[in-house]
Formats: sequence, C-alpha cells, structure tokens
Amino acid sequence: MAGSTNESAIKASIQAREKSAGRKKLALNLVLLALLLIAPAVMYPVFLMKILCFALFAVAFNLLLGFTGLLSFGHAAFLATGGYTTGYLLSTYSGVTTEMGILAGTGAATLLGLAFGLVTIRRQGIYFAMITLALAQLVFFFFVQAEFTGGEDGMHGVPRGYLFGLVDLENNTAMYYLVLAIFLFGYLLVQRTVNSPFGQVLKAIKQNEPRAVSLGYNVNWYKMVAFVMSAGLAGLAGSMKTVVFQLASLNDAHWHMSGEVILMTLLGGSGTLLGPVVGAAFVVNLEYYLSQGALGDWVDAILGGIFILTVIAFRSGIVGEVQKFIRKNLS
Amino acid sequence: MTMILGVPLAVLFGQLLLGLINGAFYALLSLGLAVIFGLLKIINFAHGALYMLGALTTVVMFDAFGINYWVALFLAPLLVGVVGVLIEYFLLRRIAHEDHIYSLLLTFGIALVIQGVLTNIYGVSGLRYSMPDVFQGGVNLGFMFMPYYRGWVILMALLVCFGTWFMIEKTKLGSYLRAGTEDSQLMQGFGINVPLLVSLTYGFGVMLAAFAGVLAAPIYSVTPVMGSHILIVVFAVVVIGGMGSIAGAVITGLLMGVIEGFTKVFWPEFSSAVIFLVMVVVLLIRPSGLFGKEA
Repeated sequence: MAGSTNESAIKASIQAREKSAGRKKLALNLVLLALLLIAPAVMYPVFLMKILCFALFAVAFNLLLGFTGLLSFGHAAFLATGGYTTGYLLSTYSGVTTEMGILAGTGAATLLGLAFGLVTIRRQGIYFAMITLALAQLVFFFFVQAEFTGGEDGMHGVPRGYLFGLVDLENNTAMYYLVLAIFLFGYLLVQRTVNSPFGQVLKAIKQNEPRAVSLGYNVNWYKMVAFVMSAGLAGLAGSMKTVVFQLASLNDAHWHMSGEVILMTLLGGSGTLLGPVVGAAFVVNLEYYLSQGALGDWVDAILGGIFILTVIAFRSGIVGEVQKFIRKNLS
Repeated sequence: MTMILGVPLAVLFGQLLLGLINGAFYALLSLGLAVIFGLLKIINFAHGALYMLGALTTVVMFDAFGINYWVALFLAPLLVGVVGVLIEYFLLRRIAHEDHIYSLLLTFGIALVIQGVLTNIYGVSGLRYSMPDVFQGGVNLGFMFMPYYRGWVILMALLVCFGTWFMIEKTKLGSYLRAGTEDSQLMQGFGINVPLLVSLTYGFGVMLAAFAGVLAAPIYSVTPVMGSHILIVVFAVVVIGGMGSIAGAVITGLLMGVIEGFTKVFWPEFSSAVIFLVMVVVLLIRPSGLFGKEA
C-alpha cells in the first residue's frame, strides 16, 4: 500500500536522523572526554579539580531543577555535610582511607537528603524553595556550633591520604584523575537516570504534575528518590572538594552557596545534561579571573548582573541557546 | 530580685523588649514582602537589600547634606520607592508571565548587584548614625527600663502596619489593587491602569522596607550587608504567617521577635536558628502557614 510505504519511509528517515544525532552526540562526548583527560597537561590541575567539583554539584542540583522542576534553595547543606563528614573522618582517624572518607561523606549527605525530603517533598514551588532554605539554615547553625567543624575558622589540614591505601593523592595528577573518575561516575549516573523510564516520569512531573498523578504515578515517591539522589551527589561533590583543597569551611554551608549553584545551573542551561557543567566552569573561571584583576571586589555585583541577564534574556542558558541555534539553523 | 526559671525578671523583660523591637522590624519587612507577594505574586529577594538602602540613604543624606532624621523618615522611603518602581518597570515586568520562581531568581540577582556595588563604596564596617536628641534617655516602667527610641520604633511599626492593612483590606484603593491582580484584563476594561497599579504596589512594598531601614539606622550598625541575614529570617516569618496574608505577616513578625528574645535568655546561640525550627514545625502541621488560606 502506498500509505504504509510512505509511513515506513518517514519512520526510517526519522530513525536515520536520530541515529546520526546520537552519533554526533557520542562524538561530542568523546571529544569532551579526551579534552578532560589531557587537560592537566595544559592547565593547573587544582583549578580543573575545582571546576569538576562544582560541576558535579551543579549536575546534582540540575537533576532536581532541570529534570524534576523542583527548586531547592538549600543545596549548600548537602555540599557542606559531605565536606565536613569526610574532612572530620580523614583528619581524626588515620585508619580511614580516602575512598572510605568520601563514601562516608556521600552517605551522610544522602541521609540528610532523606530527612530533608521527608519534610519537604509534599510541598510545591515557592514553599519547597523556602522550606529547603529554612532547613539548610538549621544545618548551617549546627555547623557553626559544632566543635568538630572549627566554627568560623573552618577545618584545615585535612590529609588527602592514599587511595585504597596505595596511590598517594598528594600528587596532583593522581588526585585529578580520581576527581575526574568520580565526576564522570556522577555525570553518567544522572544521564542514565534522566534517560531511563524513571527519568521520563520525572520530566512528566516537571511538565504537568497533576497529569502525572492522574496517570497513576506516585509522584511524591519519584520526587523523593530524585531528591535523595541529588543530595547524595551534592554530598559527593562536597567530599571531593574537601579532599582536594584539604579544608572545609562555613562558606560551603552558607545560603549564598545555594544561590551560586542555582546560578551555575541556570546560566549553563537547566534541563540539559551538559549545561550545569558549562555553567560551573564559567562561574569558577569568572570568579578566578575577576579576583586576579582590578575587578576583584566586584565579583558579587558582576555575578548578580549575570543572574539578572540570564533570567531576563536567556532562560534556557548557554547550552540551551546553543541547542536551539543548532536545531534552527543546522539540522 | 524576682526570678523566673532561674532568670532575673529584669533580664527576661529586657530580652523580651529587644525581641519585640526585632519583631517590629520583622513585621514591617514581612508586611512589605506579603504585600508584594500577595498582590503581585513576586517573591522579592531584593527586600533585604532595599531595607539596607533605606538605612544607608538616611546615613549618607545626613553626612553629605545634613538632612535630619525627621526629613529622612519621609525622604528615604520615597527615594528608595522610586528605585523600586524602576526595578519593576525595567526588569520585573519582563518576566511577569513566567513562573514565580523566576521573580525570586531575578530579585536575588538585583540584591547581589545592589549589595556588591555598595560594599565597594562603603566597605563592610558599620557606619555610625546618631539618633535625634529627643530620643536620648528613657522611662522606667517599674519592672524594666525602656529607652524612648525603642518605644518609638514599636509605635511607628504598629501604626504603619495597621495603616497598610487598613488601606489594602478596607479602602476602595485596596479593593482596586486586589481586583487588579485577580483579573487584570477586566480591571483594564473598567478603565483602570493596571500596569501603573502594579508598579506602585511594588514601589509601596519597597517603601515599607526602606522605612524599616530608616528606623533601624540609629540602633543597628548600618552596613551594605545588613539586609542579607535579616532577609532570610523575614522570609521564614512570611512563610510561617502564610504567604500573602497581610495580618498574618505582621502578627507573626512580632511573635517571632518575642520568641527569639525568649530563646536568647535560655540558649543564646540557638536564637539565630529558632525561627527556622518554628517554620519547619508549623509547616509540618499547617502547610499553608498560621494564617494562610489555601493548602
């Protein structure tokens, strides 16, 4: 029949196009991976590690904002919990190896995420943002008061230790590849989650929650899992950050940090996988180069200006805008 | 000396009075937030920065032009109110039809810019501002000593809060406002300039913040970052009161100030966090806040 051949022809052409798009994406990812692998040869590894830590933080955050539609204004709490837990264990117990410390930090943040989730997950929109903020303030208070964090002074001199008791992480190159591996683990985990049937439900919740409910999905359970995952990965980023810089401070727990990760995600492109990575790289670079130059004192004002510009002019972020451009002009 | 729970009565009342003063500021600030959110559905993260702008304007006007407290009480809110109208006109209006979350992010950016710029000009150490001579001294209430200025702050805050509530809930202008935000097209059809109304409402909410700033100038240390912490507390107050409920914001503001004062007596370190704990508990029991209507 003419109709069916026509249909199958269209189908084939769609499949072919999807296949080629998938191939292009794979090629792009491989190029990026190669760049990350050789990066320490041309750039200062500690700086790269900082970018990767914040990138993982933003990727974790984006799982909520970009793919589930939940704006958490308390993610600093998870970053700090991961960081402090790891820092405390590594500096107090010599028997704890680095990977155990990082795992413990991630676990602590995951548990905290569970606790936050139990309180907040039924709330929506603004309320969700405000309650996560309030809870994060309580956590901040705890870290200010608790003795092991060093209060206002922060926690210093955390040993990097040996990976599996073998690889000396004082070596920046070794440290870099560990951080890269952890980052890739987090990134691929989020990618896998988002593209799974589970991720489809999350996107459905973001687009139209009442409809997702009416289709019979237990929306709160899906949100809860996404929230706990996001908290755990944010904690992993914090743990890594503590090991890399050998310190943990109240800055990580302050609500400004929760604001900064929103900026990174939004600026790079929320709802895209690569967006938060680009956003984090952009913000970390910006802060670094501004602090080097004459505009050092203007970092906050400039970040604020970028925030305003992003919200007003390009809400889909850098990666989102590029994708739009490609879709419009190149395909 | 009379003791309650092992605390001298005078100390207890002293802390309660301090709490009430803080509560007066919370009430004024959360009132502004509630007006802006209740009528415009804008979450104004710049509120703390605009409160700071009110205080800073007062100090700078005095230092540069010798403009005194009484004039500043009117002039500073007016000037900052104009800034508010400009913010609404040039920025907030562009995202009026987007998700409310974007208004939060946009005003967060605005707050960063205002704070960042002023920190560069004035530094982070406090600027001094002396209160008018009339307010020197105080009155002995028998159980405690009450400085005049503190009494003035409480009085002014209560007056302004009541006036605002009355205007919005009981007058014709208030009913236009509420109707204009409920169904702006219909109100436009009736010949009412809704965009202007929106600008003025935002400006008014901002004026309330700046007014609180002027009141704060003589007793708190005036720095470009003074609005940053209080903002978060005030947000908690608004959420506890029920977002958008005007009376709720005022009552909760005063109440939270007093609770903070009480906490300061028994566990000083916890006083900066107690409001957030109250917020969590309230929201677990009443998700829409103490005075909120919808779930």
